[in-house]
Amino acid sequence: MMDFIIGHYNYWIAIFLMMVGFYTVISRGNLVKKIIGLNIFQVSVFLLYISMSTVKGGAAPIITEGVALYSNPLPHVLILTAIVVGVATTALGLALVVRIKEAYGTIEEDEIHERDHSL
Amino acid sequence: MTHNLILRVVSKFLIPLIIVFALYVQFHGDFGPGGGFQAGVILSSAIILYALVFGLDAAEQVIPPTILRILASLGVLLYAGVGLVTIFLGGNYLDYSVLGSTQIAGQHLGILLVELGVGMTVFAVMLIIFFAFAGRGRP
Amino acid sequence: MIDVLINITLLAFLAITAVAIVRMTNLFAIIMLFGIFSFLSAGLFVVMDAVDVAFTEAAVGAGISTVLMLATIALTKDQKEKHSKSHRPWLPLATVIVTGAALVYGTFDIPAFGDPEAPAQTHVAPHYLARSVPETGVPNVVTSVLASYRGFDTLGEVVVVFTAGIAVLLLIGGRRPKANVRKNEREENDA
Repeated sequence: MMDFIIGHYNYWIAIFLMMVGFYTVISRGNLVKKIIGLNIFQVSVFLLYISMSTVKGGAAPIITEGVALYSNPLPHVLILTAIVVGVATTALGLALVVRIKEAYGTIEEDEIHERDHSL
Repeated sequence: MTHNLILRVVSKFLIPLIIVFALYVQFHGDFGPGGGFQAGVILSSAIILYALVFGLDAAEQVIPPTILRILASLGVLLYAGVGLVTIFLGGNYLDYSVLGSTQIAGQHLGILLVELGVGMTVFAVMLIIFFAFAGRGRP
Repeated sequence: MIDVLINITLLAFLAITAVAIVRMTNLFAIIMLFGIFSFLSAGLFVVMDAVDVAFTEAAVGAGISTVLMLATIALTKDQKEKHSKSHRPWLPLATVIVTGAALVYGTFDIPAFGDPEAPAQTHVAPHYLARSVPETGVPNVVTSVLASYRGFDTLGEVVVVFTAGIAVLLLIGGRRPKANVRKNEREENDA
């Protein structure tokens, strides 16, 4: 039972972080906070993948003399790409927030809807 | 931030070290952790530090935004161009083995060029984004 | 044993920081906590032997993302999150709990953390680890897979980064429009 908990603790915390990020995106009205929640979601997904790629007693996947067991390099490659794409998405989202502020005067979702409906 | 003497002196000391570290990470990505992405981001953070301490106008004189746009496009062109060169030399697209006399020499050259392209594009794009955000507030 | 303890401590700190980010309302504090969150996750990646990923996450997440978010709140001059009247917390909370429970139920079948016989470790990875030095001469397997074996994906990623740069340039690359020009347009719309 204890082995089961220690063996799956990583995944449960990753799922908890995923849900915290998801909750932040769907239940808060401030646009910058939504983007931060999206980033928390992304980091939790990275955590899930890297947890699946570790090997107990393994070393980093750089081939050196005398090391027999390495961690799995494939998820590292996927997550490297995902991190850079994530920052590109975040930058674009923040640029949109700046333009929304200039057009509507606010970055709270309620006030933006009000301004749209009142025109 | 130009009145703060400690920041100015320390950043003048640190920025060349950061640039050398970025170049190290770029070219030693084969033998240790590192590679194009990390090197591009670290190099751009050196220029961002310079812009934060000495002002955006000084940073834009170091690297004019036109040069940044050319650099970003050149990086992507280099990466795609290596693939086209391998087609002209008889292999598949992005098959680096045909670039050198032996397979290992060709792979080394191909990986070096490709990581250089990646590093250039990431450096230029991070700086383009930062200059765009920082320059929007200017009257 | 000690690395299990470090793992558990870092994960607990991550969870606490994430909950603090949701509950706080001062945007500046939230962005600083996000930088801490990113650094903690980079430390966790190092403990889990993913050194390249930790490098990139520390540089990109705690570096560039935090700087851009600070620039955004400097431009929008927004310091506090306002309480939202139209968002009731009950429906999102219920959605999140149901989704989380379904995902946790799914993890009961995942092989234990660090198992060397897991299907993820025995399928393609041993081939890359064995063939990287003889075929490409590069000891860092992550670099050789990224640049040589899976080079098309990296080409796509570089194009995505380039596209994001162009898009940001189109959105906020120019000068801010003058204040009296916008006021005139608003008067025209009202009239």
